[in-house]
Amino acid sequence: MTVKFAHEAITSKGDKLTFNTGLFINNEFVEGASTIDVINPTTGEKICAVQAAEEAQVNAAVDAAEKAYREVWSKTSARERARLMNKLADLVDQNVDEIAKIETLDNGKGIAFSKGYDIPEVAKTLRYFAGFADKLHGKVIETEGKLSYTRHEPIGICGAIIPWNFPLMMAGWKLGPALCTGNVVVLKTSELTPLSALKLAELIKEAGFPPGVVNIITGYGHIAGDKLARHPKVGKVAFTGSTNVGRMIMKASAESNLKKITLELGGKSPNIIFDDADIDQAVAWAHKGVFFNHGQCCCAGTRIYVQESIYDKFLARFKEFTSQTKVGDPFDEAVFQGPQVSQTQFDRIMGYIKAGKDEGATCYMGGNRLGDKGYFIEPTVFTDVKGDMKIMQEEIFGPVVSVAKFKDEEDVIAKAHDTVYGLAAAVFTQNITRAVSVANKLEAGTVWVNCYNELDYNTPFGGYKQSGIGRENGEYALENYYQVKAVKINVGL
Amino acid sequence: MVQPDLQTVRLSNGKQITVHTQLFINNEFVPGHGPLIETINPATEEVICSVHSADKQDVDAAVAAAAKCFKDTWRKVAPADKARLINKLADLMERDKDELATLDALDNGKAFTVARDVDITDSIACYRYFAGWADKIHGKTIDTTFDKFCYTRHEALGVVGAVIPWNYPTMMAAWKFAPALAAGNCIVMKTSEVTPLPAYKFAVLVKEAGFPAGVVNIITGYGHTTGNFLACHPDVSKMAFTGSTGTGRKIMESSSTSNLKKLQLELGGKSAQIVCADAELDKAAEWACGGIFNNHGQSCNAGSRILVHESVHDKFLELFIKHTKAMIKIGDPFDEDTFHGPQINKSQFDKILKYIEIGKQEGAVVAHGGKRWGNKGYYIEPTVFIKCHNKMRIMQEEIFGPVVAIATFKTIEEAIDMANDSIYGLAGAVYTTNLDTAVTVTNEIKTGTMWVNCFDVFDQSTPFGGYKQSGFGKELGKYSLQEYTQVKVVKIMRSNL
Repeated sequence: MTVKFAHEAITSKGDKLTFNTGLFINNEFVEGASTIDVINPTTGEKICAVQAAEEAQVNAAVDAAEKAYREVWSKTSARERARLMNKLADLVDQNVDEIAKIETLDNGKGIAFSKGYDIPEVAKTLRYFAGFADKLHGKVIETEGKLSYTRHEPIGICGAIIPWNFPLMMAGWKLGPALCTGNVVVLKTSELTPLSALKLAELIKEAGFPPGVVNIITGYGHIAGDKLARHPKVGKVAFTGSTNVGRMIMKASAESNLKKITLELGGKSPNIIFDDADIDQAVAWAHKGVFFNHGQCCCAGTRIYVQESIYDKFLARFKEFTSQTKVGDPFDEAVFQGPQVSQTQFDRIMGYIKAGKDEGATCYMGGNRLGDKGYFIEPTVFTDVKGDMKIMQEEIFGPVVSVAKFKDEEDVIAKAHDTVYGLAAAVFTQNITRAVSVANKLEAGTVWVNCYNELDYNTPFGGYKQSGIGRENGEYALENYYQVKAVKINVGL
Repeated sequence: MVQPDLQTVRLSNGKQITVHTQLFINNEFVPGHGPLIETINPATEEVICSVHSADKQDVDAAVAAAAKCFKDTWRKVAPADKARLINKLADLMERDKDELATLDALDNGKAFTVARDVDITDSIACYRYFAGWADKIHGKTIDTTFDKFCYTRHEALGVVGAVIPWNYPTMMAAWKFAPALAAGNCIVMKTSEVTPLPAYKFAVLVKEAGFPAGVVNIITGYGHTTGNFLACHPDVSKMAFTGSTGTGRKIMESSSTSNLKKLQLELGGKSAQIVCADAELDKAAEWACGGIFNNHGQSCNAGSRILVHESVHDKFLELFIKHTKAMIKIGDPFDEDTFHGPQINKSQFDKILKYIEIGKQEGAVVAHGGKRWGNKGYYIEPTVFIKCHNKMRIMQEEIFGPVVAIATFKTIEEAIDMANDSIYGLAGAVYTTNLDTAVTVTNEIKTGTMWVNCFDVFDQSTPFGGYKQSGFGKELGKYSLQEYTQVKVVKIMRSNL
């Protein structure tokens, strides 16, 4: 018996993967208004076509969510929510192999990462937030002549629009806090990487979530995303993506029902290396900081500032370390860097590399396409950069880093802050005073000391300035998914 | 000849089961050096089997195992991994629910259906609730002066001791183990020598779940010996005790003469249920009935005093007795219909019957029950005294049996005063349909839990613990984590501004 929209794909290693290409609404896979082709970035070839949502399907998903909330989910106990989330986490762990391969096929990230990091993180995030479901406390507040207390109530229908760089992990970061606080969800995935979430959809049904609690739709941002951001019944939208689209989401909320929004946007994070840093450690972390996930990280450390006296030494070791980056077929366990996610991204990054050269920066290493099939770009390092260059101000979202010198703390902090962004930053030093002092001064939502890209599901993540609004992960994430009601009972006025 | 660990015992329904009887230390069952103690089946008055008890060297061994495990292993286990283990334990308890309930019913005398649907079910929920806290124990950063960076850490205590009673063997263990483990501690628990069997089945599951050896250690023995060795042990950072107020004092004294270990005491109670004139009487009577007769009256929070507004006393009494007759089905614990089993042992049985005599001597009137039930097993009829006044011994002293004392009041202020006129302050209830009355009474009564239009309703997420001589410290809920952590503040001075 063939299931409608079921699809089978084969990896470069000959593994068979199954998933469904429909829209996941009300626990069923249904037809969309049109289809979108999904491309394998390693080869540039089509994997399959998926159903795409337009206005009618977004409405159908929201209606399904509303019905599920009103009739079932708002009456579901916290303990039951937790049980379902934990069950889903277990299913993700049990199916980690297949899901990871789907992720690598669709996104191009190394299988070592999808299997060792991305997919396990989804399970961990779900478990973490499952634990919060029955721990959402309001307060009782002393007031004159009254018994006053607060309730932290769900918003109801939450929309989530997620990007293509960590497809399933981004879904986990949204579903975790949204579900544990009692909301229902309509999740729009990126049209570039829809497949792993569609696999998760099967597990959501298997775990026993009531129909309509989680709906997963593929669609273009400017069509399905826009409709979701404008929908009058959606109480909140959580968006992760570019700062430009973040502005559109905010505008859509302003023009529709003033729905609450959280935005996780771009970054141009500074990585500051003082002369007393452990240089080998700094090199290794700086490499991870920018080249992890092929540079496709909002928090990538794309501006490295090295204190004058160790600049040459650092650069030489960084070049040596970077030249050993294994770039290749992401299904190869040893590969660190796979292809960029799409032709568009590839062109954009190559455009920035050209701009860097045109503006007078030195292309210290890399700068070229790798091979002639798939969207591979060499790890690229620019030096002799100036703060106002495009490659120093604009987010490239690829394996491209600029390295500059600085004199002292005052100098580098000024340089670090010369950006509209404020997502993350790092400081490398052995000196405790300097570490704490610089960390406390930097205008960034996450500051790493002697490390980079250490993300945990229980520490908050989000931006200062134009890197966004709101926090994901950790207890702080909950604030974005509940609303506060104060109840004030007259007992003596 | 050392008694082997495994013993075969017979249930009253003819079935045979195997139980562990040695001490559980470092994930192994080992012989104890204390005397063998007989554990009695309260439904038949017969010996179930003997169990090993711990003397000083066994307590020392258990504490040493816990201390070594904390230092070398447990404190290095990531919180999320601790959560996985606790959840796994809950899964295994779910799988072996019937066996756990059987042991509770056999050793304690409570009905098997109650053990399964309340005790074991709530215990499992308790472990799952606290597993969720393991990776959410946060310190704070606190801004002081500009030249400093200050933050707090909420650290585990290390080795905690727990002494639990016999009234809810598995559940009392859960209330201690769950927060202690979630907060990162290793534990030595002394179960009651009266109900030692259920915890050893739990121990088997602890090992199966994958807990490192030494995290959970379970021993049994007499309070004045084994319990005292634990309370005095210099390497135990904290004692959590549930039991009588008298023993609570001894534990506090032991701490004061040993290492000033932190304490948490859940002691006795004489909780008042206040029935107002505007209460929904039939529902109130039903809740009040469960409030005193649940667990055969063997609850620290039993609603053993009922204060009824004089205008509704007779009607309420009629309904209360009606519900008592309907609800309190007395019989063998393994009988599906049984709600009310025997009292735990002869000593309690004698004490309760003695209080019934005292009540009669004091001038209270027996409106229902008042006698032993049957002639085998420590069964006592649910007993209702009326025409009580608040100074009677049966209104002031904890009986810990199925005996309730009913008095009347004229005004709500009088009811509040009567309720507060007790050395205890564990729980209480008010039955009313009026919002103002509910809020006023709950604000005024000096107890740790106030129920409104219900009784004995427990959740893992709300705190439980007494005012006054009912003890100090909270179990359950986020509040309980404070009992199992200690706060360190770190203050870093920055020399470069």
